[in-house]
Parts: sequence; structure tokens; C-alpha cells
Amino acid sequence: MTKQLDTKGISRRSILKGSAAAAGAAIGSGAVTGFPTIWAQNIKDVTLRQFGTGVSNINEVAAKVKEDLGFTLEMTALDSDSVTQRAATQPKSFDIADIEYWICKKVWGAGNLQAMDTSKIKNYDKIVGTFKSGKLTPESVIAQGTAPHTVGFTSGPEGTDFVQEESGWMTLIPTIYNADTLGIRPDLIGRPIDTWAELLNPEFKGKASILDISSIGIMDMAMVVEAMGEYKYPDKGNMTQEEIDMTLGIFTEAKKNGQFRAFWKSFDESVNLMASGEVVIQSMWSPAITAVRAKGIPCVYQPLKEGYRSWGGGLGLSKNLSGLELDAAYEYINWYLDGWVGGFLMRQGYYSAVPETSKNFMTEDEWGFWFEGKPAEGDIKNPFGDVMEKAGAVRDGGSFYDRMGSVACWNAVMDENRYMVRKWNEFIAA
Amino acid sequence: MKTTKKIDPSKRAERVSWMLVTPLACVLGFFLLLPILTIVTVSFWNFNEWSFFPDFILDNYVYHLTSAVTWATYLKTLKFMVLTWCFCAVIGFTVAYFLAFHVRSLPVQIALFLVCTIPFWTSNIIRMISWIPFLGRNGIANSSLISLGVIDEPLEWLLYSDFAVVLAFVHLYALFMVVPIFNTMMRIDKSLIEAARDAGASGLQILTNVIIPLAKPGIMIGSIFVVTLVMGDFITVRHMSGGQSASVGRIISNEIALLQYPAAAASSVVLLCTVLLMIGVMMRFVDIRKEL
Repeated sequence: MTKQLDTKGISRRSILKGSAAAAGAAIGSGAVTGFPTIWAQNIKDVTLRQFGTGVSNINEVAAKVKEDLGFTLEMTALDSDSVTQRAATQPKSFDIADIEYWICKKVWGAGNLQAMDTSKIKNYDKIVGTFKSGKLTPESVIAQGTAPHTVGFTSGPEGTDFVQEESGWMTLIPTIYNADTLGIRPDLIGRPIDTWAELLNPEFKGKASILDISSIGIMDMAMVVEAMGEYKYPDKGNMTQEEIDMTLGIFTEAKKNGQFRAFWKSFDESVNLMASGEVVIQSMWSPAITAVRAKGIPCVYQPLKEGYRSWGGGLGLSKNLSGLELDAAYEYINWYLDGWVGGFLMRQGYYSAVPETSKNFMTEDEWGFWFEGKPAEGDIKNPFGDVMEKAGAVRDGGSFYDRMGSVACWNAVMDENRYMVRKWNEFIAA
Repeated sequence: MKTTKKIDPSKRAERVSWMLVTPLACVLGFFLLLPILTIVTVSFWNFNEWSFFPDFILDNYVYHLTSAVTWATYLKTLKFMVLTWCFCAVIGFTVAYFLAFHVRSLPVQIALFLVCTIPFWTSNIIRMISWIPFLGRNGIANSSLISLGVIDEPLEWLLYSDFAVVLAFVHLYALFMVVPIFNTMMRIDKSLIEAARDAGASGLQILTNVIIPLAKPGIMIGSIFVVTLVMGDFITVRHMSGGQSASVGRIISNEIALLQYPAAAASSVVLLCTVLLMIGVMMRFVDIRKEL
């Protein structure tokens, strides 16, 4: 009963209402590329059970899998905590885990997932550098936190460790990722915002919010503390106990002074807080911004000078997969990277791990708007057919390279995670 | 055949009693005792990031009982409990009194009583969530007050505050007070009130010397409902305080979310003991079994 509130159930349902017609249009935009390749009839009997955080657990994807590949994909959307729990404790309940890299760092050691042979991944060479060497472009600086490439490879088929080079055995196949920042209500703020420090600006007393998911929230806090000039972390993604105390101390004081209106835990809550005007500045996720704008309420995903807090997700295979089902899972992953899903997700504001294949499934204008940061030439619609931007609009933060090139840190799990979680609970209870 | 064997009637009756009590004993054993035993056992286990394993450690309890957060949270939860109980008791008693003594005809009593239960036709989460748009900064309450000229600025404390939490609790749980109090009041012999009046008692004296003492079991049953429901709650506090207040239930739900099952089990055992202790104390005031 209570889980229902925390998952994405409500919003997904409303999204799905308007989606049937739109899905048709979206499917029509790309040519079918000759799947399935390997087998005959028995593939139709395969059912793969996937669970994940809702961002990519979209029923259109399952429908398209059935159409292109012939087998059935069952999807379950849960919140981050439940996803972690299930990946760690119920290996028999899923075949494919759609999890974030920081969750992977937490659960890989439990041995419930199996490494993937990169030689079976057709588009492996085209996966962006962020997930392989950690560098988007050869000049990129690797951001702090649990950068995907640091937990992206293991030593071999049976590995439960992480290795720092491209070993040929991947823990997760990267699927989507994005650069997160603060969301603001420009109409209620009425002046430019350009730094993370504004979250604790007394001007927004009682009108700010931060998310109550410790591994992500602590990183947002670290960005704010650094932006305020209070402290420069040697590594935000791996704080010492003193650094954790100091960071949460600053926020506890702000909380006691009434800086925060609320803390949110699920996507829907962040949308409601922003749309109702309870909050004018808060940590936010990209599709939540889209959802607020879809209500006709101005909301900006504000690029900030200190950079973005980034996250990435990927697909992991359950230890229990073998034989035909394992083949089907590889086929699914290859299909996932082949572009249709990428195009679908990029039209929601995410990025695909293999952007160049997604291009084939997007219009010139969509590609220009979402990926290249060019002004839209016509109306930009989301995958569900709602108009999101009028002609002339430019994406907040600009192009892929502008946004993913200014990542300051990744969502992280720290060595002092247990300590941090306890301190986080104290902060919430303070 | 065996059935031809003669059985002593008293032994037979004993066997029948055992057989009759077996289903309930099984249900309670499997669905109440066994889970509680499991929770108690796990509360002594150890855990790491992704799993928990048999061990015998007291760390879970030591950390829980020595943490300042636990004490602050218990204090906060008790505060919510006491406030909710006070309002529920006053409202519940008044409503039940009205139904039992002011409404004369039985059909009207039943009809009005059913009206009280109408809100229960929807889920309690919906009833709770619907306060949010009503109390919000730009919600119905604030905009009406502003247009009436009562206030100039929206009242911030209406939502995401202790006020909102207690309001939602009272709304959700007042009926749990009304029902048992109404039930005991209906069984008060009306001639007792007449006798008191004939003996010269004032209305207030009748209330304090006749009705309240006789309605005590109902008040106590209602109080047990309200106390246990508020002590164990985690969802109302989270949503109505905007995630800014903690409750004991939220500590447990957070620990479960973070895979710290043994810690969550230890917290649950402590909460269970606290609630049992509170009910034990309440039972000292009224012997429900005797009064029913």
C-alpha cells in the first residue's frame, strides 16, 4: 500500500494515458532494422523480467521488444531503494536489472549479477567514452564520485570485483544517463540563478527543497557547500566522517532556520512541489522539469557554473540467466543500443549510451534540439506527443558536450556509506 | 470400528474445546507469533551493505538506544500521539454523546452513524493526500482566507508542519474513537440518568459521575486504537510534514530501505515493547474485560 506512493505508479499511469497514439508515431519514425537475427520460433516463448527505477521502464519499450524481437519483456518500476534491495536480496525475482551505477557498486559484490561479454555487444565500440575510459573526449577530466567506468568492468565471467581497464567483461551495459542540476521557477524568482549556493540563500527561505535519497542528496549538498566557498572537498564522492559531519551540519542549520519547505523522495512529489509553487528552487530530475512545463508552468533546468551532478544507468543480467534466455537477453541489449530506445529516451531529455544510433530514430530538428543544443525549428514533442517546446527554444544547458562535458560529480556510494546514512537520518529527524 | 468405543463425555467435551481452539491458535501462531519471533531473532544478526547473516550482536540495540536521534524521534512521535489522542478523544466523545443521547430515534442514530463512516469508503492515503492541495501555500484554505481579508500573506504553517501532521491524524483516526465510545454509551441504562436527575444531579454531574465512568471501556478501546496507529505510522508523518519530521515508523522504514534489516528488526522490537508497555499502563486504569 505504501510502496505505491513511492514508486512512479501515478505519474506513469497518467503518462500512459496519452501515449498510445504517440507511440505509433514514434515507432513510425524509424526503420525496422532486421531483428531478430539468430533464432527461430522458440524465442517467442521466452519471457524476460526486468525491473528498474521507472526512468527507462516504459511500457512502449516492452511493446516494441515484442514487435521487433518476438519475446516478452515484463517490466516493474520501483524506487531506488527498492531496486537496490531487490538486486541485492532477490536474485531469482528478475532476469534483467535496470540499475544505476552507484547501485551497482553496492550490489555487485552480492554476486547476483553476471558479467557480460563485450564481444557479444555489437555496438560496444560506439559506446561513449564516459562509460569506458571515463573520458567523454580525450581532454575530459574525470569527475568525482562513482564514475561509471570505475564500476563498469570486472575481471572475468565470474568476477565479483571491479577493474579499472576495459577488461572485456562489463558489469552493466550503459543505457541512459544525464546531467542533473537545480530546477527553478523563473517566474517566482525573477532574477538569474547561476550557482548551487543559491539553494541555501535565505532569500528562498521556506521555498527550497532537496531530495531525501541519501546517496544523491549528499552530492547535491556537497555541490552547494563547495559553491558557498565553505570547503573544497578532495573527493566529494568519498567523504571522510569529518566532511560528512561538516556538510550535514551546514544543512541541519539551514533546516532549523526554516530554509526547506519539504524533502521529496519520489519524482511525483518533486513535480507537485514545483508546480504548486510550494518550492521555487530544488534538486530535480530532467523529466520532472518536463512534467512541470507540460502543465504550462515555467520551470528551468538551470545550468550552474560549478557544473552538473551526473548519473548513469545500465542493464545488468541476473546470475540465473542461461541458455536461450541468456541469448535473448544479449539480443535485447543489442537491440537497446541499436537506437530506437535511445531516440525514445532522448526525446525525454536523457542521453543514450550510443548517441549516433539514436540519430537514425530522431528527426533532424529533434537531434538538433536535444543533442546539439540548437534552437528548435518547429514544435518539439515528447515521445508521448505532447508539445514541450515551441519553435526557437533552446535546451537548458545547451549541447550534449556542453552538458556532459561539465559534470562535476557522479552519484556515489562512499566508503563511509553507513556512517553517512546514519548522519543523513539525523539530518531528516533534526 | 473405532467410533463404537465409548468416550467419557467430559473428555469428549475437552477434545471438542481443543479442536475448536486449534484454528485460531494456528492462525495466531503462524501469522503473529512466528513473524515476531523471526523479527526478534534477526534483530541480533549482523549485516553489511547487501546482506544480513546469523550472528549474536547487541550493536543494533546499543546503537538504536544510545542514538540521540532515536530519543528525539520518540519524543516527537509521543508528542504527535498525545495531541492526536486529545483531539480524537474530545471529538470522539462529543460525537458519540450526541448520537447516543441527543438523537432519540434508533433509525436516525443508525443513519447518522453510517454517515460517520462514509470517509472510510476511500483509502486513508487518499484522505491524507487530499489535505495537501487544500492546505498549500496557494491552496484553498489560504486563498479563501486572503480573499476574505482575514490574512494578507499565505499561512506557511498550514502545510508541511506538525499542525498538518496532527490534523491528518485526527481526521484519519477520530472514527476509531467514535465507534467504541458510541457502542458503550448505547448500553448505558437510560434509567440511571433519570435516577441521577431525580436525585438532583446537574447536567455536568451526570456527565462526570455517570456517563464518563460508564463509557470508560469505550474510551480506552478507542485510545488503544489511536495510540497504536499513531505510534506505528510512517506514511502520514512523511507526507504531511513534507519529509521534514521523523517518526519511529520512518526510522524503521528507512532502515529497511537501506537493507539494514537487523537494525530495522531491533528498532521494531523496541517500538513493540514501548507500545505494549503503554497499553499495559492504560489497562491498569480500566479493566476492559470486567467492564465489557
